[in-house]
Amino acid sequence: MKNLIGWGSLVVSILFSTVVYAESATIAVASNFTKTIEVIGQAFEKETGHQIRFSFGPTGKLYAQIKNGAPFDAFFGADERRPKKTIEDGLGVKQSYFVYAQGQIVLYSAKYPVDSQPIEVLRSADFKHLSIANPKTAPYGERAVAFLKKKGLYEHVKSRIVNGESIAHAFQYVATHNAPIGFVAMSQVVDPKSPVYQKGAYWVVPASDYAPINQGALVLKRGENNVAVQAFMNFMKTQKAITIMNRYGYKVD
Amino acid sequence: MLELFGTEVNLAPIWLTLEVATMTTLILLVVGTPLAWWMAQMRSSNKVLLEALVALPLVLPPTVLGFYLLIVFNPTGPVTEFLRWFGFEGQLTFSKTGLVIGSVFYSLPFAVQPLMHAFEAIPHRLLDAAATLRASFLDRFRTIVLPLSRRGILIAATLTFAHTVGEFGVVLMVGGNIPGETRMVSIDIFDHVESMEYTQAHLLSGMMLVFSLAVLMLVYGMNRRFGVKVG
Repeated sequence: MKNLIGWGSLVVSILFSTVVYAESATIAVASNFTKTIEVIGQAFEKETGHQIRFSFGPTGKLYAQIKNGAPFDAFFGADERRPKKTIEDGLGVKQSYFVYAQGQIVLYSAKYPVDSQPIEVLRSADFKHLSIANPKTAPYGERAVAFLKKKGLYEHVKSRIVNGESIAHAFQYVATHNAPIGFVAMSQVVDPKSPVYQKGAYWVVPASDYAPINQGALVLKRGENNVAVQAFMNFMKTQKAITIMNRYGYKVD
Repeated sequence: MLELFGTEVNLAPIWLTLEVATMTTLILLVVGTPLAWWMAQMRSSNKVLLEALVALPLVLPPTVLGFYLLIVFNPTGPVTEFLRWFGFEGQLTFSKTGLVIGSVFYSLPFAVQPLMHAFEAIPHRLLDAAATLRASFLDRFRTIVLPLSRRGILIAATLTFAHTVGEFGVVLMVGGNIPGETRMVSIDIFDHVESMEYTQAHLLSGMMLVFSLAVLMLVYGMNRRFGVKVG
């Protein structure tokens, strides 16, 4: 019996020693990056034993939550503006800031040949609705509008635009066929688990036609001394993470 | 545009919200009254199923309802096909018509439940007595049922209206946030918060708060006043 207790306490102390090194963290992530960071997170947990919980939402909403004391250790935004704003607010750690990826916009349609004649489709197809993310709140939507303006197509399609609250929502409109065509994130059409994967056609809007969507991330004051957060931020810069990001349609410099 | 405390407030979402809420309330009073009457008379076990179905929007997250509506409202979906038989040509998603139909589903329990309870409380002997005096069904309904249920009707109308004004999830999911067509107040507030325009968000939120409080006080006031007379 005594022996058993001895062995038992040894097992417990071994278990504990690993628990001490593995920490957990909660990270706020912009909706467009949902799928990608989940995959990166799994690779990270497997490699380090740390545990990361992700909280997804539109960047503006996450920012409002952080400003009002939400328990996040790091913040991955859909743009540079909101993550940088947390530094001004005294909530973000300035030195930790970096651009983790560049998002790419695609024009997707299940109905029109956007891959071969994107501009012609936008100019003359008879679609009733064109789905984009709300340009006022979502950088992907804002760039889509900028692209349309640059090509002189905005006034032409303006009255047919429907706004999704986030890029995820804009995608739902096209995936459920309520809008036959829309500007979405590349990550949403190249993901093998996507409902539109290999259905319909998409066209990658050339990077020269819109300002790059730099997506910024940083550690928040709350996670400053969290080992798991530090490890995760470093992991994001490894080749392993970059390969995953590329696979999901993000560019990394 | 209206200037309030030095901040510009766009009134279009407010008018749209009032319009959608009014339409929803009128439709639900017309559709909800026969449904509630039928349910109030029901004795079979089907009533349980029907009551549960009517109450579903109370417990389903608006995201579930909104997601289903996106699917059944889509241009080739069953609801749109059905409406085409009656000459409907538009699309339900991204339109005011769609918002009103979505709101009718979403606010159904708020209309039907008070009406049903009011109808159930009407003593049967009154109706029987009127029937022996050869009053037709419509006669009985107009002279006995409606006056005795006015508290229930008022509560149903007020709650439906207020609930539609406060609607968010369904409108967000199927509306498409089109100015003047589907951008209701709740969505407008959400956008202001999203884009860090907290002053506008505060103003509109404050208006919603005062409005909701006033409506609820009205409902509870009616409950007290008519409560004694009817019961």
